[in-house]
Amino acid sequence: MEITDKLVAYVAELAHLKLDGEQRAQAAADLARMIGYVDKLSELDTEGVEPMSHAFPVTNVFREDEVRDSMDRELVLANAPAAKDGCFLVPKTVE
Amino acid sequence: MELFEMTALELGAAIKRREIGVEEAARACLDRMSAQEGTVNAFVTVTEKEALKRAREVQARIDSGEMTHPLAGVPMAIKDLISTKGVRTTCSSRMLENYVPVFDATVVRKLDAIGAVCLGKTNMDEFAMGSSTESSWFGVTRNPWDPSRVPGGSSGGSAAAVAAREVFYALGSDTGGSIRQPASFCGVTGIKPTYGAVSRYGLLAYASSLDQIGPLTVDALDAAAVTRTIMGRDEMDSTSVDVPLPDMPQGDDLTGLRVGIPEDYFGEGLDADVRARVLDAAKALEAMGAVLVPVKMPMLEYAIPAYYVLACAEASSNLSRYDGVKYGFRPEKFEDLHDLYTTARSEGFGAEVKRRIMLGAFALSSGYYDAYYNKALRVKALIKRAFDACFEQADLLLTPAAPTTAFALGAHSDDPIQMYLGDIYTVSVNMAGLPGMVVPCGFDAAGLPVGAQLIGPAFGESQLFKAAHAYQMHTDFHRQRPDARKEG
Repeated sequence: MEITDKLVAYVAELAHLKLDGEQRAQAAADLARMIGYVDKLSELDTEGVEPMSHAFPVTNVFREDEVRDSMDRELVLANAPAAKDGCFLVPKTVE
Repeated sequence: MELFEMTALELGAAIKRREIGVEEAARACLDRMSAQEGTVNAFVTVTEKEALKRAREVQARIDSGEMTHPLAGVPMAIKDLISTKGVRTTCSSRMLENYVPVFDATVVRKLDAIGAVCLGKTNMDEFAMGSSTESSWFGVTRNPWDPSRVPGGSSGGSAAAVAAREVFYALGSDTGGSIRQPASFCGVTGIKPTYGAVSRYGLLAYASSLDQIGPLTVDALDAAAVTRTIMGRDEMDSTSVDVPLPDMPQGDDLTGLRVGIPEDYFGEGLDADVRARVLDAAKALEAMGAVLVPVKMPMLEYAIPAYYVLACAEASSNLSRYDGVKYGFRPEKFEDLHDLYTTARSEGFGAEVKRRIMLGAFALSSGYYDAYYNKALRVKALIKRAFDACFEQADLLLTPAAPTTAFALGAHSDDPIQMYLGDIYTVSVNMAGLPGMVVPCGFDAAGLPVGAQLIGPAFGESQLFKAAHAYQMHTDFHRQRPDARKEG
């Protein structure tokens, strides 16, 4: 399939990645090669084959609904690049 | 026996007999690292101080009779995508360069409990995406058998550390061959257990439906001992299952064991030396009573494209958590919240990770989902069926682990697809959730190790360990080391 600039920009947006001009050209070339390669799958007749997410039959896994302590806030924030007043700090999102 | 001629279990027994101290063993390994790490670079982080303190603690608990496990006191290492409380866990990525987990992975907790002495965290391809350990933010790891070559990947640091005997065993993880291919390239033993056998709690996720933790070791007995230690149902991983532990292998009688030889695995693209050595291994198993059965695995050529669609799709979802807010890399400059996300990811991830996230986002996007993602899931079902048919005729399968021996550094750096093709013999095992084990089975003309892969039915680890151990009773490839290579 044809990899248009529009498609590359769309995929980059979905992936939350920023691409400058040169990177966009490289990404287009990479995507074209990779998609061209995985297109091999279309050769295979899978009519009537159900998509399989798990190799073994799985059933729901339940546990007792017991109240437990969650992780201490201090630990949750231990790796935060920026935190303030016990919260993750992010740029202002609402004026 | 000289210390570095021992396996992990032999060292554990020597520690128990008070022939060697736990701290002495750890110091000997650290000395070996000092001598070799400048070249090999198997480690991202060496935890020398903590390890020596831990060694003294473990010694005291062995002396008091509290710790009796056969691996108690043995120095080991952990791949740098398994969470270690208080020790940074980087996934060999700039994104997590300073990430220090606040909890231990379940496997780490289990190894702590039996007296493992961890010397550090091993290098890998960034986020486990690669087959050469060249995409690490912390520099390449070199193959101890030939420093101009890669150790394989993504668990290249773990494989190289064991091959160089900087540690006696190491944990790795395997999503499409990341334990087995480096084991093959570095001449060590390795197993990817059945999906669900080992808890993934605390494993930083790449492709959750395929990822599995397993050991890289000197021999099959060590592999069995470590696997038995880390296995088991864990309420923190709902995909982990409760199954009986595999047996420790004993003896070399393989009478009646049906070993399937899938001819499709020995076709075009397989290096002649690798083919010859793996077929030698088949003959060796036959001499121990196994029956060789030709089987067909017709789906092989579709395994890699299906794998890359599924693994990348899961990666694009799993790695969306890295946004510069809760943990991980945060750029100095950004305009607003959205710009923070995209800048953190664009500067924090390397090229291969971005490539895979983009392919995954594409395969999951509306309009392409059915043609790629769902199609790959249908192919996965066909691969599972093909394996099921094989296991009607055979108890286990014997194949090469990789089409070649270790390749030169940089050989595939401009050609990701060429790199992906090297996973041809391993990825389908992950898609079918099966256990796969690699044992050293000789050397090529350049003196590089060759590995043979044994594939079992789900939860057939006992059979794999038994066949691998029987084979190793009659061969000494697993005992050879880069610094003590026997001629001929």
